[in-house]
Amino acid sequence: MSQMTAPPARRSWWRRNQIAITPWLFLAPGILFFAVYVILPIFQSIGISTTQWDGLGEPVSVGLRNYEELYYDPAFYVSLRNNLIWLVLYLLAIPAGLFIALFLNQTVTGIRIYKSLFFFPFVISQVVVGLVFTWFYDPAFGLLNVMLGWFGAGPVNVLGDPNYVTYGIIAAGLWPQTAYCMILYLTGLNAVNPELIEAGRLDNAKGWRMLWHVVLPQLKPATFIAFVVTIIGALRSFDLISIMTNGGPFGESRVLSFYMFEVALSEYGFRMGYGAAIAVVLFLIMLCFISYFLWSMYREERQR
Amino acid sequence: MFPTPIEKASPTARIAYKSVLPIALILWLLPLIAVAVFSIRPAEDFTNANYWGIPSSFEGFKNYGAVFFQSDMPRYMMNSVLITVPTVLGAVALSAMTGFALGVYRFNGNLLIFFMFVAGNFVPFQILMVPVRDLTLDLGLYNTKRGLILFHIAFQTGFCTLFMRNFIRQLPGELIEAARVEGVAEWRIFWYIVLPLMKPALAALAVLIFTFIWNDYFWAVVLTQGPESQPVTAGITSFNAQYRAAYHLMSAGSIVAALPPVLMFFLMQRHFIAGLTLGAVK
Repeated sequence: MSQMTAPPARRSWWRRNQIAITPWLFLAPGILFFAVYVILPIFQSIGISTTQWDGLGEPVSVGLRNYEELYYDPAFYVSLRNNLIWLVLYLLAIPAGLFIALFLNQTVTGIRIYKSLFFFPFVISQVVVGLVFTWFYDPAFGLLNVMLGWFGAGPVNVLGDPNYVTYGIIAAGLWPQTAYCMILYLTGLNAVNPELIEAGRLDNAKGWRMLWHVVLPQLKPATFIAFVVTIIGALRSFDLISIMTNGGPFGESRVLSFYMFEVALSEYGFRMGYGAAIAVVLFLIMLCFISYFLWSMYREERQR
Repeated sequence: MFPTPIEKASPTARIAYKSVLPIALILWLLPLIAVAVFSIRPAEDFTNANYWGIPSSFEGFKNYGAVFFQSDMPRYMMNSVLITVPTVLGAVALSAMTGFALGVYRFNGNLLIFFMFVAGNFVPFQILMVPVRDLTLDLGLYNTKRGLILFHIAFQTGFCTLFMRNFIRQLPGELIEAARVEGVAEWRIFWYIVLPLMKPALAALAVLIFTFIWNDYFWAVVLTQGPESQPVTAGITSFNAQYRAAYHLMSAGSIVAALPPVLMFFLMQRHFIAGLTLGAVK
């Protein structure tokens, strides 16, 4: 008897609560994966940063001693300084991308192919971009020095010179990043309201004034995304440094992300605790930007 | 349209524009063109320091043949495919579900969970590195493709959820309401109503994630070691160590390694750009 009545009862319970429970069922696998591989590790890393650990034995708790060591570590300041240079110079990708987008926002025949070919560098892996630019800079045969030679300058060993190396790598990184910003702005320009442009023309706005007062305000969403991806990209720089210089010469091209990897996993020994401490510092820097991004998104959500 | 269409400009300006275009493109792609030229040169050109002159002979077939038949390159490529494809499927499947849940339902904590995914997607890899490597070791998945796939799926779910949720928010809500009134079960709404409408988003995400994962280098280095599981981005460094100073082979190898995402981009261009620029237009 009970067997016969139970199913309908359960179904009606399910009916009543279906809308409340369904989203959690759909979220469960995603949240589980994300929590195990992304959210929890952040806290674990913070924990590991207070230990001394070679990755194999038992971690030994050392309190804040890793951070104290960081405070007196010249390599840490070199990395921090380079991170700052990366952040500032990487942002050049945004105006550069806008410039190319304006240049290509025409309707001559074949322009679509030009647009995709200009975007091309973004699709290539950073590893290959790194290799390509390493050869481009090569002091013996690199195209850069061939071209400098035409003007009677050079040769310059960009990647071998502590003064130039970071700038050389950033230039390589700007290549795909500019392409990304360009595509964002091309899409944005496509959606610019033509009536506003015409109105601006009637008011005799031209060139720079038109760009600044009429077009750029409409490109604001594109600029925001370009800003987000460029900042994240600058702080994530790792591949190019690892491929082009491996941090050298004399550790002068390190950034925090690379230095952390070097300390934690390089041939010089596995210092997981110290590496985690560097990662925490990088995370805190990133957190300032993440909070700003989330805050902007939150305002947008509330407006809807 | 801004800037002023060139058709409205003087004929000289039009001709100038059309001739500047190809020059600008060649300058922009110069480093890449140089590598392409390197990859078809014979080895002697490099010993004779004929770097930028006319190639003394065309050795494209020989160089690319060496990459494909005399090195570990095909193996690395295969590993990349076997890592990338399951990741794409996994991340898209998981995020279709999370995106549906966060985009359609109103419940306490919705925005909080959404922001958790978004924020997690932005964190530096290094803060995850030690624990993720440790977890992968504990699971016995270090130096396996599966270990790499599991992590990639989890991490990409962040970005994909952001994407899917925002896409679903733009869909007409009346359809779902109408189905509910008809008494259609929620999972059927997902499968038969929302999922078909999400096809463009699924395609855009699939090509984007394919490119991101194919080009990943950091996690490949952290979680794998040898030719049996390393993807091509990590493999190319061992390849280059093997052929040190053989620039014709290294160039050919680099081009081969870079090619699949490039093909993907040109074949699926519309989806690719729609994915990258989501949110760039209001």
